[in-house]
Amino acid sequence: MKAAAFAYARATSVVNALELLAVHGDKAKVLSGGQSLMPAMNLRLLSPDVVIDICDLAELRGIVVKGNVLVIGALTRHVDLQRSADVATYAPLLRDAIVHVAHPAIRNRGTIGGSLAHADPASELPACMVTLDATIVVRGPGGERRIAATEFFKGIYETALSPDELLVAVELPIAPAGSTCFFQEFARRHGDYAIVGLAAQAVVKDGTFANLRLGFFAVGDRPLLAAVAGKLIDVFVTPASLAEAAAALVEELDPHEDQQGSPAMRRHLAKVLLLRCVAALLARPELDTGAAG
Amino acid sequence: MTPTRPAADGLSVLDRPNSYIGKTVPRPNLDRLLQGRGQYVSDLELPRMAHVVFLRSPYAHARIAAIDADGARRMPGVIAVVTGRELEAVITPWVGVLAHLKGLKSAPQSAIAIDRVCWQGEAIAAVVATSRAIAEDAMEQIAVDYEELEAVTDMRTALDPTTPVIHGSLGDNLAFERTHNAGDVDRAFFESDTVVEAEFVFGRHTGVTLEPRAVVADWNAAEARLTIYQGTQAPHMVQNIAALHLGLKEAQVRVVCKDVGGSFGIKVHIYADEMATYALSKLLRRPVKFVADRVESFNTDIHARDHRCKGRIAVKRDGTITAFEIDDLTGIGPYSMYPRTSAIEANQVVNLVGGPYVTQNYRARTRVVFQNKNVMCQYRAVGHPIACSVTEGLVDLAAAKIGMDPAEIRRRNLIADDAYPCASPSGMRFERLSHHASLAKLLQMMNYDALRAEQAASRVRNIHRGIGVASFIEVTNPSAAFYGVGGAKISSQDGVAVRLDAQGSVICQTSITEQGQGSESLTAQIVGSVLGVSMERVRVILGDTDNTPYGGGTWASRGAGIGGEAALQAAKVLRGNILDVAAAILQSKPAELDIVSDSIVNTSDGAQRIELSELARIVYFRPDTLPPGIQPELMATRHFVPRQYPFAFTNGVQASWLEVDTQTGFVKLLKHWVVEDCGTIINPQLVDEQIRGGVVQGLGAALFEKCIYDERGQLTNANMADYLVPMSGEMPDIEIGHVVTPTLETELGAKGAGEAGTAGAAAAVANAVNDALRPFGAIITEIPLTPQVILTALGRI
Ligand SMILES: Cc1cc2nc3c(=O)[nH]c(=O)nc-3n(C[C@H](O)[C@H](O)[C@H](O)COP(=O)(O)OP(=O)(O)OC[C@H]3O[C@@H](n4cnc5c(N)ncnc54)[C@H](O)[C@@H]3O)c2cc1C
Repeated sequence: MKAAAFAYARATSVVNALELLAVHGDKAKVLSGGQSLMPAMNLRLLSPDVVIDICDLAELRGIVVKGNVLVIGALTRHVDLQRSADVATYAPLLRDAIVHVAHPAIRNRGTIGGSLAHADPASELPACMVTLDATIVVRGPGGERRIAATEFFKGIYETALSPDELLVAVELPIAPAGSTCFFQEFARRHGDYAIVGLAAQAVVKDGTFANLRLGFFAVGDRPLLAAVAGKLIDVFVTPASLAEAAAALVEELDPHEDQQGSPAMRRHLAKVLLLRCVAALLARPELDTGAAG
Repeated sequence: MTPTRPAADGLSVLDRPNSYIGKTVPRPNLDRLLQGRGQYVSDLELPRMAHVVFLRSPYAHARIAAIDADGARRMPGVIAVVTGRELEAVITPWVGVLAHLKGLKSAPQSAIAIDRVCWQGEAIAAVVATSRAIAEDAMEQIAVDYEELEAVTDMRTALDPTTPVIHGSLGDNLAFERTHNAGDVDRAFFESDTVVEAEFVFGRHTGVTLEPRAVVADWNAAEARLTIYQGTQAPHMVQNIAALHLGLKEAQVRVVCKDVGGSFGIKVHIYADEMATYALSKLLRRPVKFVADRVESFNTDIHARDHRCKGRIAVKRDGTITAFEIDDLTGIGPYSMYPRTSAIEANQVVNLVGGPYVTQNYRARTRVVFQNKNVMCQYRAVGHPIACSVTEGLVDLAAAKIGMDPAEIRRRNLIADDAYPCASPSGMRFERLSHHASLAKLLQMMNYDALRAEQAASRVRNIHRGIGVASFIEVTNPSAAFYGVGGAKISSQDGVAVRLDAQGSVICQTSITEQGQGSESLTAQIVGSVLGVSMERVRVILGDTDNTPYGGGTWASRGAGIGGEAALQAAKVLRGNILDVAAAILQSKPAELDIVSDSIVNTSDGAQRIELSELARIVYFRPDTLPPGIQPELMATRHFVPRQYPFAFTNGVQASWLEVDTQTGFVKLLKHWVVEDCGTIINPQLVDEQIRGGVVQGLGAALFEKCIYDERGQLTNANMADYLVPMSGEMPDIEIGHVVTPTLETELGAKGAGEAGTAGAAAAVANAVNDALRPFGAIITEIPLTPQVILTALGRI
């Protein structure tokens, strides 16, 4: 398991990185934390001619609040998200989610930009971006593009990024006052990719959802912003209406079969998550009746 | 926990002032390993050393029509590309059978496949280059023309007449069959009140050592000697086999085994790629290194378990178990492994089922079949987890059927602690076991009744927790009955040489090996204690066929019990020799002297007479001052092998406390307890960590680990992301207690402890899951207990 020979270039600036990408196109791979890229190269699943290391680009690292937006640089590491007071305050969903991403050693290196560009459908951060209605900021030879998270993820390991573009930042609307969030996933072991997961954010007023966004992951080829959330907004949720929503959710999902679970199991677990999520966000434990089965 | 073995003078040789026995002392090798000074074969570099990688078959079964390696051969840095046909001239094939496993058959296996590959991952060519990366690059340039053949993958149909026979010359795919019949089983079933039966299914899994298999072979043409540096558990076995198949004398082969990054039975076998590496070194006349990468480890390190075992149990209403019956089936891959064979695990299942219990009515059959998957062989606790899961699963099912508490049914059926010596219906002889004392201790440690109350209380809150108990017996300290009688040149005896050097320090050479379990430490503890010298003065040398006595190595929980006894006996002799010299120097009598804290002292008043360093100085540099006729022998060697019992059986009991989320099928392990009786405990911490590590491997089998093959014989999860090893996040606290029943066969009294944890852990978990699911009427007799399996059993999906 040794990577095939490759050339290595350390980008000195974003402009330089883009120049290198322009020259090498899809023969090049950007290296951020390397936690997904290096294993793939060592297994010879990927054999880029050139690796463009962007780790020195301080301009891509950091978390700042700009008005109503939380801006997170692409090179910000998972561990930085985990420790950031701004993230905890303005994007608590991300804080809850990040501890489910891999293990400390991997979180010390892995970056948000790498995770989003990698676009593993079982990954936590892409789902959070969709739930939080993030904007993905990318730069290419033609300048900057701003892509809604819901448009960014195209399939398994597929995104709207083209080979000559760099993901530079994400922008998150800061969580509205009074909003709450819920994050849960089912994974065989701590740190594993999820079998099914749910990243949700809501505004609850007088016991009903004024807003609800449900980002499911590992239930299809990309994170899914469930339309079924609409059925639960501005209505008093009853066990019956929730069961109806759960049944409708199943129709939205297109889960795959793998060694951790069949599509039927993923559908079932997604329903369990929906019930648990709604019960938790509305603080009505009785809604989690276990009727999902 | 201090052993109480009275010697003639009322004091045991171990029960001495400043004894290290029964004490947790830090391992002598700790600093070396922590400071990165371990000597692992993976790190070894020799001048002119080349690296080999193996081109491995992508098919489970195929004819090799042609291999075109011209392009690869021409690449810079490539030294050679060698096929099976070419290597055949250097190394002969082998057949993994043993005479005492009657009827066991297998086909000749070559170091590199010739003409035909029989599992996905079998090597078909070796690429030798100046670096591993270059060799991998070159490997990609080799074109192979395969004609795919039908693969035999399902053990259940392997014997069907319509299934192709993998090795035509063998006639069928049956490698081994054994039946056993004791007592009057039919009558017992007929006269019982209740019969329960189930089929138990065990996933195929593997050992996943942290350091993969690694070997450097260095043929020195000038000396006509091959030095093999290898992470192995049995250096002398490797020496014997390498010599045999390379046409050398054993004296021409030296095996050096320093630090080993985990083995668990994975590294006690001879693998084809290792044989090929020895042969390549001889062929190319230079050192050649092979280190398996993780993917090839999954595809070629032996797999284990993978049994389907039907079991029946007969019970009376009062809980008396009157019979066990099993019909076991396992698939071992295309060859029986060499030289220990792949029939041992199934054989152990037959030997061990029902072993803790009184009933003498027992019928068993096991069949071992060939298939086109990776080879299977002995892995930690060989056969025990299967026997234990089947036995204990049946006992729990029977208890549930007659409405008896699982602890109570065991109390009524376990062999009484005063019934020894006795034998099991399969003929296993027990010297002295402590099932009842162990169970009593376990129930007390776990506060069984309170736990049952807690279980009932949480059920009301829709929380489903379960308790699972599993008693077990464990084969340790094997005599020649294991391999020697079958014709394998695998020694069951071990030797230790101890010598006092010129400054009073002690060098100790032992034939047991160290793979992390603490062989070095326990040897130093025993030698230090018996001699009366501090452990800092004792240096232990192991893992070198040139520089240690001849012996078996470390496997089958034998290091402490056999190698430890040899160390004890050697140290006793050296102690006597030292006291003889001391008496001469001090004009005293040996009986009036003792060695305590590195000095010769008076037995009477403990007064210090002469430091060992001073004694050694006189012996080595001023022998002229010694009385005439005295020839000091400050080196002693002793060997030991168990003779009275084929195996020193140990026993114990485990319990699991867990919670099943009946909505998701996820299991949370809350707590695990083990009570184990390994006789004399030399180092409590080492023993406890051996047990904990073993339990974790058993828990891995219970919940996570499985080599998943598709119907074409492709291993589909040969990586650490998809093959789930147990990790600390999911592991419960594991509390360990001991009952100490030393074996009387040795002065040391130690039995093995390395495999007990693995033997019973999965059985305890499976019983606990079924206990948790009892209100739902779901019974699961399959491991790993994945969410998919549990949700399916609950009818949720
Ligand atoms: C054992 C293990 C467990 C893991 N578990 C999880 C888990 O549970 N959940 C999870 O989400 N992830 C998990 N990961 C993956 C981890 O989170 C990675 O950090 C992440 O997927 C990729 O981030 P990275 O910075 O390491 O990217 P890299 O590995 O450096 O790159 C990944 C891909 O993104 C591209 N890329 C990187 N940065 C950019 C950029 N700025 N612009 C354009 N393209 C870019 C690269 O070219 C490459 O194709 C795990 C990894 C390991 C090794």
